[in-house]
Amino acid sequence: MAVDIRLLEEDFDPGAAIAACAVAHGQSGGVVSFLGQVRGGDDVEALDLQHYAPLTLPGMQHLAQTVLARWPLDGLLIWHRVGEMLPGAPIVLVAAAARHRRDAFEAADFAMDHLKSESWFWKREKRGGQWHWIEPRAQDHDDLARWDD
Amino acid sequence: MAVRLVFLGRLADLVGARTREVAPGPLSAALAGLPDDLLGPRVKLALNGALVQAEGLVLAEGDELAFLPPVSGG
Repeated sequence: MAVDIRLLEEDFDPGAAIAACAVAHGQSGGVVSFLGQVRGGDDVEALDLQHYAPLTLPGMQHLAQTVLARWPLDGLLIWHRVGEMLPGAPIVLVAAAARHRRDAFEAADFAMDHLKSESWFWKREKRGGQWHWIEPRAQDHDDLARWDD
Repeated sequence: MAVRLVFLGRLADLVGARTREVAPGPLSAALAGLPDDLLGPRVKLALNGALVQAEGLVLAEGDELAFLPPVSGG
């Protein structure tokens, strides 16, 4: 069972990470990935993600253990950027490898919902040269509530 | 001046600094001189990396207390 959880200060190549994940888990029937990137096309000039070292990476590792306890995965990758990013840049990559695709889809979906609204990140956007903090959206909490038993 | 306060996200803007050093003692004393709305109902506290409640909190030499506003990741 391979778990690859990282906080990244620099840009990364999501395609290479997914390809490596697929190669590393050749026994898996499927690898499901989600890539979150800085939205372009509106007036956002940059995105900045803050974290708090004593909580953020340990929280991501705990999330990974929760995912693994819930679905039978062969591998799980969670990479999350911190710092300043430009439109189009990758923010977060989740990849779940499993024998059967349904487990991989659900595990990746669950991990993303929990990264959005339960992990220790704070996001701000730069518009018109000014930084604005982003408040959590009600939708994020609704997404999270889907997983309550 | 041996307790370190850390302000995350928008709270750093509210306080005007990312960190501040205060003397050991009760939380109420550490909050003196900080904005009144710093500890809103949705703000969580972490003492040395573990979540804690504000009630009855006493800060000791070398402690780090983080003020955590609602998160927005992904």
